[in-house]
Amino acid sequence: MTQQAIANKVTVVALVENEPGVLNRVASLFRRRAFNIDSLTVGRTHKPDVSRMTIRVDAGSEYARKIANNLQKLVNVIDVRVIDNEPHIERDLALIKVRSDDAHSRNTLTEICDRYPARIVDVGPHVAIIEMVGTEVFVEKFIDEVRPIGIVEMIRTGVVSMGRGTRIHDTSVTRRDLARAIVQASSARNGRKS
Amino acid sequence: MRLTGSEIIMECLLREGVHVMFGYPGGAILPTYDAMAKYDDRLHHVLVRHEQGASHMADGYARATGEVGVCIATSGPGATNLVTGLATAMMDSSPIVAITGQVPIPAIGSDAFQETDVTGVTLPITKHNYLVTDVDDLAYTMKEAFHIARTGRPGPVLVDVPKDVQNAVTEFIYPEGPIFLPGYDPPAAADTYQIDAALRLIDQAERPIILAGHGIIMSGAMQEVRELAERAQIPVALTLLGKGALPEDHPLVIGMMGMHGEASSNLAIQEADLLIALGMRFDDRVTGNLKTYAVNARKIHIDIDRSEINKNVRADVGIAGDLKTVLKQLLPKLERKSHPDWIHQIRDWLEDSSERDILNYETPGRLLTAQVINDIWRLTGGDAITVTDVGQHQMLEAQYYPHQRPSTLLTSGGLGTMGFGFPAAIGAKFGVPDEEIWAIVGDGGFQMTLCELATARQENVNVNIAIINNHFLGMVRQWQELFFEKRYQATPMVNPDFCKLADAYGIPNRRVTQRDEIEAAVAYARGIDGPTLIEFVVEKEEMVYPMVPAGADLHDMKRRPKPGES
Repeated sequence: MTQQAIANKVTVVALVENEPGVLNRVASLFRRRAFNIDSLTVGRTHKPDVSRMTIRVDAGSEYARKIANNLQKLVNVIDVRVIDNEPHIERDLALIKVRSDDAHSRNTLTEICDRYPARIVDVGPHVAIIEMVGTEVFVEKFIDEVRPIGIVEMIRTGVVSMGRGTRIHDTSVTRRDLARAIVQASSARNGRKS
Repeated sequence: MRLTGSEIIMECLLREGVHVMFGYPGGAILPTYDAMAKYDDRLHHVLVRHEQGASHMADGYARATGEVGVCIATSGPGATNLVTGLATAMMDSSPIVAITGQVPIPAIGSDAFQETDVTGVTLPITKHNYLVTDVDDLAYTMKEAFHIARTGRPGPVLVDVPKDVQNAVTEFIYPEGPIFLPGYDPPAAADTYQIDAALRLIDQAERPIILAGHGIIMSGAMQEVRELAERAQIPVALTLLGKGALPEDHPLVIGMMGMHGEASSNLAIQEADLLIALGMRFDDRVTGNLKTYAVNARKIHIDIDRSEINKNVRADVGIAGDLKTVLKQLLPKLERKSHPDWIHQIRDWLEDSSERDILNYETPGRLLTAQVINDIWRLTGGDAITVTDVGQHQMLEAQYYPHQRPSTLLTSGGLGTMGFGFPAAIGAKFGVPDEEIWAIVGDGGFQMTLCELATARQENVNVNIAIINNHFLGMVRQWQELFFEKRYQATPMVNPDFCKLADAYGIPNRRVTQRDEIEAAVAYARGIDGPTLIEFVVEKEEMVYPMVPAGADLHDMKRRPKPGES
């Protein structure tokens, strides 16, 4: 992938309720609206009820906004943002298994890893596993350099993103907090009546 | 108060103002049916003959009243039979809540008898859905379901309740006060800069036109739209579901737009320099070819669904908001305007249309659908609620039955669901018992849901059924005539004797084959307090004009030749 192609990508970040079926709702939306997405990662946040999705879209920001508007319609999606031009940190993690059955390949590998935020995390007689963390562009570049040595297996997590500085994308309340509060308030009212 | 899950469902329905529900019992929903007995005096259950009928009835009820319609079915086949009605309601933003039984929680995922993953099946055709796995969640889930169904852009919500949750007992606490859904926040008002931008475009326009959609009726913005049109002298074209948003005899209303819309409306849209799209979504049946659609016009688009803005047509000013709220922001700043040349131009087009009107033709010895529908309009004083099915009769209804009030034409627009008309009419009658209701259906669509004749009889529902029988799937036949060299593959129909069929169900009936019989038949139907069926045997091969072929430019209409031109 060229760097130009990656530069064209836009990121959509969604805070979603950590409930069964939410990923299904999001995936179903992408399928039925025929949205083409590049990667989707989901993970927990510091709040147990809230998960965060990072969606990379291989199209302009107008397209990303269309996706965001549709995502926002899902009841379980708490908040959506399109990270376009604003300064942000993004990371992609790759585990790459490469051939390392001779001294030359091992030396080349060590030399490449020195120039990147990459570590050799496992070495066997025939293969080694490298862990590479960085921006999507950087990971692509690294893979291109390693490729001639002989990649036998690879997995990437997909990009996760966070805005820099005080651009905080979070939700102050979650639905379960609120549901509990409502039930407690109702019980208290009922209690007073009786 | 300790109640079972089933009783909690009933209590919640009552608190949501529900008086009637349409449903069909079965194994997994039996506890809830058992609980109904206690609530029989306040909650009437209508036994349908097929669950599709239940979802269409709930939809018809919702469209006629603006309130949430409720349908109820068992697990598996009961729930899957609701699907067509849910999809219909989804496309036309109709608020319904569907309650389905589910196999007991321990059996879920085991392919148990009558188990279907109904929340999975209905995910893309509901606004939201729930599988309730704890009886303590039931009350607030029901409350949320109604809230989501009726607010924002309304739509169907399904609540799937496993049998053991229906049987479980808990302390019933109805969550009072407002609902908090952090991820659900329909837009309401516009920003001032958006209002100012819209006003600037309206002020600059010389050939503006309002595109009036269903959202006007759902938002209750009829008066505001009328004020906008009158004060700035803007002609109004209606979508199919927008009919009734303004009285059709209003001098600024120029008729329906789109594939079978009035030529004057379509030409006006193509010539306009400003479209003001209100609560409509630029469906392909309305726009024709998007590349050539209203190319000279700037566009103001106001809709409550943010994702509709810029979906099909790029808006110069796009406002996601509640129409009534937004127009109330806009109207105080709106200057009076007039566009005499533009209005004059549209009148000329209207005149040309009326010369081509089939009603102005001599048609001795023939019975035409347009005549039947126009006569029903005349004989009911134009004040009945008409519920149509889908096809030629639907488009001719839209052309020949002018509606003066909102929510008086109930029709499946977005999904185009054959079989919708008759059950939706039954549902509507339960919602507005004092209104005169006519189900205008084709011979094809009627046969898809005619089992509900038994429901109409059992409940003695005062619905007049007008079957427009041309012994064809007429609209498909029209396409075959125009685009498939008259190869009438699978469109001719050998029909039952509809009058004998009505006899079998104990429903009074008449058959009409001549125009001079229409008046007596309509009077007969109106005189009976209960279901009636009139079969109108019409011309076999009629055409609906004008017609914009699918994907063609909106101004590229096939027109009916003027008399003498043929």
